[in-house]
Amino acid sequence: MTQVYDEAGCVVPVTVIEAGPCHVLQLRTVERDGYEAVQLGFSDRSREKASRADRGRVGGLASKRSKKLAAAGAEAVPKADCEPKAFVRELRGSTDGYEVGQEVKADVLDGAGTVDVVALSKGRGYAGVMKRHNFSGQRATHGVKKVHRHAGGTGCSAYPSRTFKGRRMSGRYGGGQVTVRNLDLVRVDAEAGVILVRGGVPGPNGGYVVVRPTNMLR
Amino acid sequence: MNKQQILKQVAESSMKAEPPQFEIGDTVDVHTKILEGDKERIQVFTGTVIARAGSGIEETFTVRRIVAGEGVERKFPIHSPRVDKVEVKRSSVVRRAKLYFLRDRVGKAVRLKERRR
Repeated sequence: MTQVYDEAGCVVPVTVIEAGPCHVLQLRTVERDGYEAVQLGFSDRSREKASRADRGRVGGLASKRSKKLAAAGAEAVPKADCEPKAFVRELRGSTDGYEVGQEVKADVLDGAGTVDVVALSKGRGYAGVMKRHNFSGQRATHGVKKVHRHAGGTGCSAYPSRTFKGRRMSGRYGGGQVTVRNLDLVRVDAEAGVILVRGGVPGPNGGYVVVRPTNMLR
Repeated sequence: MNKQQILKQVAESSMKAEPPQFEIGDTVDVHTKILEGDKERIQVFTGTVIARAGSGIEETFTVRRIVAGEGVERKFPIHSPRVDKVEVKRSSVVRRAKLYFLRDRVGKAVRLKERRR
C-alpha cells in the first residue's frame, strides 16, 4: 500500500494493482457449457515451467486425440495463441464484445466507481482463538495460570456435559478466499496498466487478485 | 516494470517536484491552505521544527510552538498540497534529529542557539 492526495488535498490510502494486460483464453457459452463467462489469463509463465495443461490452454498441442478429432472433421476450439498464463480465472457474465485472444487492459474498469477484490488471504497457520475469533483471552493476573490467551470453558455443565458442534476453537486460519466489496476505484492508469483502489486488499504483497465491478446494490 | 518501480511511480505522482527545504531546529512559517465555505485562504503556523518522520510520500514534520503558555504541536505531511510553502525564519545549532527534550522545557529554556549561515 501507499498513499496519494485527492483534489481536496486529503491523503487517500491506496493499494496499487497491476491490472492486465490479460488475454481472453476461452469464452463459456450457454449452449456448450451451460453458463456464460469470460476466461482471463494474467502474467506470463515461462514455457519451461508451464505444465502441458497450461500450454494447451493457450495454444493447440499436437496429440493423438487432436489428430483423431481433426481426421473425423471436428472443429478445433479457438485458442488465444499467447504465452502460457500463471493466473487464470473465469468471470461470470455476458461474453458480448469479447473474443478469444483479445487483450483486456485496465481501461475496462474505467468508470466502474467501486470494485470488489477477490483473493486468497494470507495463511496464518494454526492460530489461537484470540487471533482467529477475536476472543478476549483471560486475565493477566488474579491467579490466572499460563492460560492468558486461551478460551474459557467449552462444555457447559451437567447439562449437556458435552461440547456443542461448531464451538469456535483454535485451528487453521487464513489462506482461504476472501472478498472485499465496494472498494473505491481511485485511479485507472490505462497507460501504465495500473489501478489504485482505496484501502487494503486480501493476500500478501505481490499476490494475485481478481478485480470486478462491485455487485453491491445501491 | 517490477513492483518497486510501479509503487515509486504511483507515489511520485502525488509528490512535490521541489519539496520544502528546512532542517531540524529551524524556526519556520508553515503556510497552509484552508477552505472556508467555498473560499480558500492561507493560514500561517509559526514554530520550531522538532522532528521529521517517514520517507517518500509519507514523510511528515512536526512544528512546536508555545501559545499562551501552552505547548502546541502540529504535524504536516511534507508533500501535502495543502502545505503551500515553508519559510525558514531562523536556523539553530542542534545536535540531534528529534528535539523532544523541548517538551520538558518552559520559558527561556526553549531557546535554541542560532546558527549563522
